[in-house]
Amino acid sequence: MIEVTGLTVRFGGVVPIDQMTVTLPHGTCGLIGPNGAGKTTFFNVLSGFARPVAGRVVAFGDDLLSIPTYRRARWGVRRTFQTEQAIPNLSVFDNVLLVHENTGGTGVNRRQEVMDAVTFVGLADHARDHVATLGAGQRRLVEVARAVVGQPKLILLDEPSAGLPDEETEFLGTVIQRIPGEIGASVVLVEHDMSLVSACCEMIAVLDFGKLIASGATADVLRDERVIRAYLGEEDVA
Amino acid sequence: MTIESAPVTSETADRSAAEPAAVPSKPAAPPRDRLISPVQLIIIAALLAFAMFALPELVDLRWLLVATSVVIYTVIMLGLGLLIGRVGLVSLCQFVLFAIGAWVALRLHYLTSMPLPLVVLLAGLVTAVIGVLIGLPALRLSGLYLALITLMAAGGLTVVLARLQFPNGGDGFSGNSRAGGSTSRLPRPSLALGDVAYFRYCIIVAVVMFLIAAWHVRSRAGRAWAAIRQSEVTALAAGVNTTLYKLWAFALASFMAGVGGGLLAAAKGGVSINQFPVQNSVILLAVVMMGGVLNVWGAVVGGVLYKLLPELLDNWGVSTEWSTILFGVGVLQVLLTAPGGLSDQMPKDLAKLGRKLRGLVVRTPAAAEDAS
Repeated sequence: MIEVTGLTVRFGGVVPIDQMTVTLPHGTCGLIGPNGAGKTTFFNVLSGFARPVAGRVVAFGDDLLSIPTYRRARWGVRRTFQTEQAIPNLSVFDNVLLVHENTGGTGVNRRQEVMDAVTFVGLADHARDHVATLGAGQRRLVEVARAVVGQPKLILLDEPSAGLPDEETEFLGTVIQRIPGEIGASVVLVEHDMSLVSACCEMIAVLDFGKLIASGATADVLRDERVIRAYLGEEDVA
Repeated sequence: MTIESAPVTSETADRSAAEPAAVPSKPAAPPRDRLISPVQLIIIAALLAFAMFALPELVDLRWLLVATSVVIYTVIMLGLGLLIGRVGLVSLCQFVLFAIGAWVALRLHYLTSMPLPLVVLLAGLVTAVIGVLIGLPALRLSGLYLALITLMAAGGLTVVLARLQFPNGGDGFSGNSRAGGSTSRLPRPSLALGDVAYFRYCIIVAVVMFLIAAWHVRSRAGRAWAAIRQSEVTALAAGVNTTLYKLWAFALASFMAGVGGGLLAAAKGGVSINQFPVQNSVILLAVVMMGGVLNVWGAVVGGVLYKLLPELLDNWGVSTEWSTILFGVGVLQVLLTAPGGLSDQMPKDLAKLGRKLRGLVVRTPAAAEDAS
């Protein structure tokens, strides 16, 4: 469980996150909102790349903000970025091994654990292939494999389906859905594809201009008038 | 405004346990970690055998000394290529680190009379420490700014070295005596007293350096460097200790420059301070880019270009200064048409040529049949 209390981030005169208080239970939680709402900034706070001016984040009983940036991954925060970050000139296996060996994966089963993560996302047959030779959907799956390897506690997925065709998004959704149950990590999903959010998330939090305007069960939030006005629009609800 | 979250009572609360799609769940064995393929091993062994045993028989002393220089410069290019190609850090002080390696090796020799292998190893290690100190700004700088800082460091160190001169058995910290002349030279080990033996000795040291480089590239350090080169932010998000691995890269490149300096100090003719002008760091960078920084073979191509081209020009009666212009044109051409360098492009071009030749051979009989 992740408890965010009074979180405020300020960059000069801009306040990308303003007094955000929300509790994200174990499972997959969607974080939606229009561009510039503060979703990626929230991820940057959780992964240590942005420092809030106020607020607390308690994740699995630990004060997350007190953990130095370079220790967050080892603690269990994993994230993907809006732009693809799988390393093209490394194999799929080495991409995942890179994360595992730098987050505490040093045991004798290290290579098998990496292979398990590669298999989890359905890329076992491509383990030795260079990422540059894969399609866009497979490259996104490599990023998910990098996020699930080892013992992550909190996985932050930033628009993982961006640019993917429907069938690849659907497959990505099935992989994301399995993470809490099989990997044991909580997932926060920033996504504009509402079908993916609906398929994967038990709850949704909605940000608008840095303010949390709604949060709760997916079905309830998607019917919330403030959410429809701020983000979804009338046609989406119809 | 603060909005407290509502309790989750989703109808999809247990969706995460939903039946997965067709994702393979059988445990798959991890791929084997192999440093080198058998074909590569055979090619490398054949090249080494040619260089060590056939080449000394084919060339005279002048070209043998050039070949020895090529091997030594290959070691420095290897370090610089790793730094640029693997980590994405541009250093313009490798040439002065080369000189520092020679200086430290000579100083250690006159101070302790240790055998050459130990002197060369220690020269590499001391140069690595100095390289790390120069590389400290790399923790915050990159690109043009890092290149500028390292170039200025190279300029400063060259001034210091010009003041100290190379040790030649004198007293004090510098170990230089005016009576000892401007050139200093390390004694060679008894196993490699002759020029041919020393050429082979340098090849063996270079092979060790290449193995160290190849092991790094395939190991945890290589993966961390690849992550840093891709994006430092995502490397941090992946848990990579970017500070440690960037400094390690500087240390390794400097170590190789130091080892190269130690080897050069024992080469025929020894070393003098005039051999190490600051601008050579820039030329070194251009040539290593021509050779290619994406694979370790680029260092071999770079070493050959850097030392062989001026000698060939000299042999043909053309001023060696033209080599700088040729390197400039060459690096421009390579960056425009083959960003991976000659070592990356040549195999592709040879493969293309092979396909064309095969096409001609296959087409000719068919064409002959048609004509009949």
